[in-house]
Amino acid sequence: MLVRRSIGDVIFSTCNYILLLALGIGTLFPFLNLAAISLNDAGDTLKGTIYVWPRVFTLENYSTIFANEGLASAAVRSVIRTVVGTALGVICTAMLAYALSRREFFLRKTYNIILIITMYVNGGLIPFYLLVKNIGLMNHAAVYILPTLIGVFNVIIMRSYFEQLPEGIVESARIDGATDFQILFRIVLQISLPVISTITLYIAVSHWNSWFDNYLYASRNENLNLLQYELQKILISSVNQVMSANTHIDATDARRTNPETIRAAMTIIVTLPILLVYPFLQKYFVKGMTFAAMKE
Amino acid sequence: MAKPAKTLTNQEIVQTAGKKAGKSLVMRRQYQLLLMSTPFVLLVMLFSFGPLWGWIMAFQHYKVALGLWQSPWAGFDNFKLLFQDPQFFNALRNTVVMGVLNLVTGFVGAIGLALFLNEIRFVFFKRVIQTLTYIPHFVSWVVIANIFATLLSPDAGVVNAILMKLGFIQEPLYFLGEEKWFWWIHTAASFWKELGWNTIIYLAVLVGLNPEHYEAAEVDGATRFQKMRYISIPGIMPTAVLLLILSVGWIVQSGYESQFLLGNPVVINRSEVLDLYALNYSTSIGDYSYGVAVSMFKSIVSLVLVLLVNYTAKKTSGSRLF
Repeated sequence: MLVRRSIGDVIFSTCNYILLLALGIGTLFPFLNLAAISLNDAGDTLKGTIYVWPRVFTLENYSTIFANEGLASAAVRSVIRTVVGTALGVICTAMLAYALSRREFFLRKTYNIILIITMYVNGGLIPFYLLVKNIGLMNHAAVYILPTLIGVFNVIIMRSYFEQLPEGIVESARIDGATDFQILFRIVLQISLPVISTITLYIAVSHWNSWFDNYLYASRNENLNLLQYELQKILISSVNQVMSANTHIDATDARRTNPETIRAAMTIIVTLPILLVYPFLQKYFVKGMTFAAMKE
Repeated sequence: MAKPAKTLTNQEIVQTAGKKAGKSLVMRRQYQLLLMSTPFVLLVMLFSFGPLWGWIMAFQHYKVALGLWQSPWAGFDNFKLLFQDPQFFNALRNTVVMGVLNLVTGFVGAIGLALFLNEIRFVFFKRVIQTLTYIPHFVSWVVIANIFATLLSPDAGVVNAILMKLGFIQEPLYFLGEEKWFWWIHTAASFWKELGWNTIIYLAVLVGLNPEHYEAAEVDGATRFQKMRYISIPGIMPTAVLLLILSVGWIVQSGYESQFLLGNPVVINRSEVLDLYALNYSTSIGDYSYGVAVSMFKSIVSLVLVLLVNYTAKKTSGSRLF
């Protein structure tokens, strides 16, 4: 086959590759920069800019963090919250989505309408805060689970997936005498792996990433502090320190650690689980997003 | 005229029997379905409609000690105060400005990136770029704020280092400590976070376009650029217009986490959005009624916007069909 490419096409193509490559690097660079700073000696970091490779390699920043009991237990709590919250979230979302996918369910339409309305109704931040306070969730572990247990959007995605499964599967199971719980957990969920994975990932990421509920509803209970909130506190204090000092920290003031390097190490610790998991599961994320977008 | 059947065939007997058995099954089935759905619908309703109950406070001088029932009524006093407070209008301006900046940059960026990605023939390269640009979507705003604070740091930040090396500045700039930078830093951070992720829908539409158009254009000798201009762009336009219209409804709802995290007391005049303004009044000053009034204002404005926009979207997409 004869390939005819005009000079214009070649130029266009080259520019396109360069542009996208620059974009890829632009996305990756900040993470590499942080990783390099987190592995660099704290005193040395202040002497000059670190780009993507540590100049004076050290693990001091990380060991400082892990030696801090508060931070270590915050990490454990974050993991627990993510695991428990995700498990409960997926199971409850699946149950609701399954019930709403059954055409014979007599409240199907009513419940669907109610859920759609809740997507538009938004009382606002302060009324929500007062509700949480009034029902006694303040500084209680349940505040991490209950308000976000059911995401209506996730329910819609899952429901649509269940609705397009072949009806015969559910019908034949029913003739065999299976109950709805059995049908859902033994049959429907087994053949819905793509949507389950997608929803699991969405819920898990949002649990791992959330910090505002910690800040607003549970900051008085130290036993509920999560990693993201600890990181946020470090961010605030280090920025304030820079602001109030009004001159940047003297480069000769070499200490073993400083807020900047500790912050970088913390950020990497918080980001790492996502970076490790993400490349393998990317297709599920994208599938879910495309599906949801097409639904709209 | 058809003769009515006198005797039931075997098949018919099985069908009626199935229907009867089905009836009793339906009742049992529905009992389990009710169990599976009702608690969760109630939970969603609690957290969605529950806060509306608190709206009563906007018309009171709410005192924690007196509670909702005993607190004195205020009529529209809170709203009158609200509309006289220049700080409120400042917060409203910040909300709208940052919402619009995010919307415009995000929209243009996503379409542009999708078009350029679509032109890449080397599938592996395309995948790598997609994978990379999706990453920031999945990290929290706390992390994003830390990343930007590090990049923009006056001490060892890369941005200052590069600018100084290139000779644009002599002294490091306090990017996060000056009001004039805040909107742009916030927009850049949001753009960087969501750019890749926002392309997904456009890429899906581009893949779905009829390949015959491209083949025909090729036969006619169209250049890559012309194909993009006359096939790809018109192809994604209906989706783009619809999405743009829909997202206008969410301008006031553009969140507060990013502003909270990137902002600090020095730049509060530019970083304080309506929710943070309300939060400050309620949790620091303790005037819940005033905070609720702000929340209520925002909710109503955004609901009206969303409904208006959905109505418009329906009309435009409807007329597009013909």
